[in-house]
Amino acid sequence: MDAIQQSLLEQVADLHEVPAGAYNIRANGQMAGRNTTANIDIITKEDKSGIDIRIRPDTKHESVHIPVVLSQSGLKESVYNDFFVGENADVTIIAGCGIHNGGAASSEHSGIHRFFVDRNAKVRYVEKHYGAGDGSGERIMNPTTEIHLAQGAFLEMETVQIKGIDSTRRVTSAEVEEGASLIIREKIMTHGKQYAETDFTVEMNGDDSSVNLISRSVAKDRSEQLFKSRIIGNGKCHGHSECDAIIMDQASVSAVPELTANNIEANLIHEAAIGKIAGEQLMKLMTLGLTEKEAEEQIVNGFLK
Amino acid sequence: MLELKGICFSAEDENREIEILNDINLTIEDRFVAVTGPNGSGKSTLAKIIAGILIPTAGQILFDGVDITNLSITERANMGISFAFQQPVRFKGITVKELLSMAAGKDATITEICEMLSEVGLCARDYVNREVNASLSGGELKRIEIAMIMARKTKVSIFDEPEAGIDLWSFQNLIRVFEKMHEETKGSILIISHQERILNIADRIILLSDGQIKKVGSKEEVMPELLGCGQPCRTLTDKL
Repeated sequence: MDAIQQSLLEQVADLHEVPAGAYNIRANGQMAGRNTTANIDIITKEDKSGIDIRIRPDTKHESVHIPVVLSQSGLKESVYNDFFVGENADVTIIAGCGIHNGGAASSEHSGIHRFFVDRNAKVRYVEKHYGAGDGSGERIMNPTTEIHLAQGAFLEMETVQIKGIDSTRRVTSAEVEEGASLIIREKIMTHGKQYAETDFTVEMNGDDSSVNLISRSVAKDRSEQLFKSRIIGNGKCHGHSECDAIIMDQASVSAVPELTANNIEANLIHEAAIGKIAGEQLMKLMTLGLTEKEAEEQIVNGFLK
Repeated sequence: MLELKGICFSAEDENREIEILNDINLTIEDRFVAVTGPNGSGKSTLAKIIAGILIPTAGQILFDGVDITNLSITERANMGISFAFQQPVRFKGITVKELLSMAAGKDATITEICEMLSEVGLCARDYVNREVNASLSGGELKRIEIAMIMARKTKVSIFDEPEAGIDLWSFQNLIRVFEKMHEETKGSILIISHQERILNIADRIILLSDGQIKKVGSKEEVMPELLGCGQPCRTLTDKL
């Protein structure tokens, strides 16, 4: 692996060396490393590009890293990764994609991740997207995430895209069964002429199921963002989504929430707030000796932390 | 030393000019100076003009002989002016430790943060990593605001109604904070307040009324005037 790929890997997976536990590293469309453990198996798909990650029931405190790096300009790929998490397992999955595009052709990665989380299993899923390189070619990422939570299962997803992705359409859908709960935290910052679209659809099918979608974003320069969320309550459930955006310069942000209750016991809430940095926040930090620009950076960094 | 010369400030309201401050002339070099006066008399406006948040429509501000009238908030802050807001600001995602570090102008250690917070009656253990967001009460924010000013150790510190909302923490502690600040900075502390116990410790009291300085002097000299300020109309006096 070369220095560019190594640096991408550090950005998306905080990996400085070979990770502990199971991992699969994909670089420019090829497998660049793999490790399996007694409880976590990784199998290459035969019908299409991608892997199956099988986690045995009762696996506790293990982790799986599946970073992807692209440094070859003009590469376009779609990768299908399926995660099967056994009953009562408790694991951390770290995915991430870094694109370095130094050429003129656009590079594109579409990761299609499906999670089948069995009864009472717990998953923490972390996903980071990062782009670099000074070529004129666009860096495009379109992650699709499909989540199936069986009875009593729990999945917490953290998704971060802070820098360098020109265009992204992130589609996440989930089915949440009885007593299961889903938490999604999204952080996005766009600048230049970037475009980011988020599209969540969550169906809560069982009683005592819950979902919490929390999106924080900052749109700078002439970038555009669209946040769509659909929460459907089919049972006695609790759904909450919140979209909190800071808008700067000539950027544009739209939030389109949709709530559907098909059961009298469904309790659904959406909150959305879009606005510029409050003048009083800037002023407060300026009275501490920061310049307006430094104050702005502190406010944005804190907001996206 | 801070000098205000002929400071005027007016604001526009529905195309009508409203005069908020009119020809304010002041020299502040004492230890504790209190500014008092009825609501709407221009006290907060005066503080904001000193900090650079508002720009006066006329007049001049000198700080240690340097004209700062056209300097930015940041420049004034770096020269040694601090300002504790009447209503402290919340920041999503910024922690108490980060905010106090910004105030101190360095990455403060846990021990230093503990020192700062204990001065305002807060235990660092409970607050250091808390976000300065809506989860903090008004009183907690107010104390953190005061701790920030203490951390800055500047020549001039302005407090806009510091007593509001800190009912459970005694006044005596607040006064002790001001005394300690003065010991450390040897500077001037300007306090906007209605509280008699704060006025009691002031070396000098400035009474503002209708945007003008009505009286400057000791507590004994100013208090009788304060009671006679801003005569209400009959409808109100009949009810009092």
